[in-house]
Amino acid sequence: MGIKNTTATTTVDLTKVKPYGDTMNDGMVQVSFTLPIPTGDEANEAAKLLAKKMGLDEPSVVYFKDLGIGYTYFIVYGKCQHTVDYSTIKVPKVEIDVMDRVECEKYIEENIKRDVVIVGACTGTDAHTVGIDAIINMKGFHGHFGLERYKGVESHNLGSQVPNEELIAKAIELKADAILVSQIVTQKDVHIKNLTELVELMEAEGVRDKIILCCGGPRVSHELAQELGYDAGFGPNTYAEHVASFVLTKLVDSNRV
Amino acid sequence: MKSKLNLDPKVIDSARSSAAGIAAEMQKFIDRHTTVSTERTVVRLLGIDGVDEVETPLPNVVVDAIKDGGGLPRGAAYWIGNAMIQTGLSPQEIAEKVAAGDLDLLKLPLATAEEAEMKLLGVVENTLKTIKGETAKRTHYLDTIGEGKQPYLYVIVATGNIYEDIVQAKAAAKQGADIIAVIRTTAQSLLDYVPYGPTTEGFGGTYATQENFRLMREALDEVGEEVGRYIRLCNYSSGMCMPEIAAMGAVERLDVMLNDALYGILFRDINMQRTLVDQYFSRVIIGYSGVIFNSGEDNYLTTADAYEEAHTVLASQLINEQFAVLANIPEEQMGLGHAFEMDPDMENGFLYELSQAIMAREIFPKAALKYMPPTKFMTGNIFKGQIQDALFNLIAVWSGQSLQLLGMLTEAIHTPHLQDRMLSIENASYIFNNARGIGDEIEFKEGGIIQARAQSVLAEAEKLLKNIEKEGLFVTIEQGKFGGVKRARDGGKGLAGVCAKDEQYFNPFIPLMLGGAK
Repeated sequence: MGIKNTTATTTVDLTKVKPYGDTMNDGMVQVSFTLPIPTGDEANEAAKLLAKKMGLDEPSVVYFKDLGIGYTYFIVYGKCQHTVDYSTIKVPKVEIDVMDRVECEKYIEENIKRDVVIVGACTGTDAHTVGIDAIINMKGFHGHFGLERYKGVESHNLGSQVPNEELIAKAIELKADAILVSQIVTQKDVHIKNLTELVELMEAEGVRDKIILCCGGPRVSHELAQELGYDAGFGPNTYAEHVASFVLTKLVDSNRV
Repeated sequence: MKSKLNLDPKVIDSARSSAAGIAAEMQKFIDRHTTVSTERTVVRLLGIDGVDEVETPLPNVVVDAIKDGGGLPRGAAYWIGNAMIQTGLSPQEIAEKVAAGDLDLLKLPLATAEEAEMKLLGVVENTLKTIKGETAKRTHYLDTIGEGKQPYLYVIVATGNIYEDIVQAKAAAKQGADIIAVIRTTAQSLLDYVPYGPTTEGFGGTYATQENFRLMREALDEVGEEVGRYIRLCNYSSGMCMPEIAAMGAVERLDVMLNDALYGILFRDINMQRTLVDQYFSRVIIGYSGVIFNSGEDNYLTTADAYEEAHTVLASQLINEQFAVLANIPEEQMGLGHAFEMDPDMENGFLYELSQAIMAREIFPKAALKYMPPTKFMTGNIFKGQIQDALFNLIAVWSGQSLQLLGMLTEAIHTPHLQDRMLSIENASYIFNNARGIGDEIEFKEGGIIQARAQSVLAEAEKLLKNIEKEGLFVTIEQGKFGGVKRARDGGKGLAGVCAKDEQYFNPFIPLMLGGAK
């Protein structure tokens, strides 16, 4: 114990970031997983070896449980050896100035001068409407009103498990300016397949250039959305005003008013 | 039992009597109509099964042939009974001939309806005997190996592959689950036929087929004997094939079935006339075969606000109860639903949830109440999710719920992983055991938040029911009073499969099942 250590190392080296448990650079990580092997000393050893391969030093199995069919569940702590260079990271984001509801309404009145039609749905296999409801329905979410509340926005929430074909047909029928697709709970990455199919169908119908296309959901990022051919992707903590601001700005900027 | 919530029995009686009026009025419409799915169910119960060479189920082949020939108003039973008289063949042989194009049911000489009904009697009695054999097996299991304590721990499996589902279901039973529900593959509810045979592909769930039911039943009986506890099996008697699946469930000894016309109307956009007629026959089958039905009120709260729309849940429970009474379902088989869906940021939200849950128990003292976990406000924060589920479990044991669909900490992320299910069972088992007697110990402050809330929800529900009784259920749904969703009487899927019965129509199963035939 040297005299020098009377202060904590609190400065972080942004070129070499690693997890923080209770001390800078201790690398502490918790993971939990199931291995399809029976409970026992060998199972714990297997869990530790696996953790080491994940890059965790000094792995410790703090809990294990027999899942009843010859499988074992583990909670493991270990010290991550890897670091990342935070200083060079660039993440594509939806670049807009977010306007609140009143500002959006004013923007429509001044720049668009007609009702903006937005059609939303939870498509394909997904039955969870919580995302699309949060964005469109009057009540919104966490005190952020939904698009139905916006003067100058005519929104249609088609609900859950809407086939892509039906969504496109409805968007064409309503002369929609924008389509919002929500994907909440997915399995085996079916949301990617489903989102891709929508883009392909819109291109086949020749409407992809005419309609602003956005997707959202807890596993959606703007980067993923752009890769899939969407105009924007919205992840968690998105409210109606974010989506509205993007759609309205895009409409004006791309001269689709 | 003294009401802990100080509910006025007169208000409960008045609400219940309005609900009875609503159901009776709707029953008049139901009694005058039949549907393709109702007739396919009759055909299935007469022993017709299998598929033709392009995989169309034979019940569809037969009923479509009857419908295309204009014979649907007379009912499939008549046409099959008549064909048996005229050809001397069994129902299955008749169906195979129809599928091969060798027999036109509508071009045979015509016996009277009485003669056709008499001819079917042996087949009908055989089917009823099979179903009673299954209910006897259930009773035998309950008498010998027993069952878990209520609230039953109810978990879902949903891998898409029935054989993988079996692995997960057995694991769940070993971890303590009492009920296993096999979630159906996405959008099966909108198929106007029931697929055939074992299936290994599905998204977000596994096809409901009779063979899948049989495989899972066998596996659960096996694991039940191993753990010394009867494990109940649940599936969906809902969607476009509501009564057909009820019939399959009766034969394969399912124990719990989700069954709610209103859910199909509001959330699957199924035509209201179609599904209300279908619901009736499915509930008659469910009642007869000792299955607990689950109604879907909990779903309203995924679209509507749990605080503001709580009275619509109670109103719908009362209507569902009365529909069940008309189908002769014992109270113990009424799995009326509700859900823990208040915003976790709401001050005293727990008290309102508790109030609603205890109110449901007081108003439906014998019902197999089904309590659904938080979904709407679950996030990727699995640690907080585990606490939300813990509060939900506490209310369940406190208010004496019967069927507890366990919340999953990963609800907002993916269909449950093996370990998620274990963690949720551990959560519920801990709380149920640790707080077992809490409901008997604690009373509520007179005029306090909990009592006042229940009284006001009951009063609102009574008002709503009076209104519906005046306007009729169809009109109420058209106005969007449930779940904030509006549906048109002639809109939605499946209307083309509804027709008025003619004078000689008969369904040989309904009177016998309502009479509780042995």
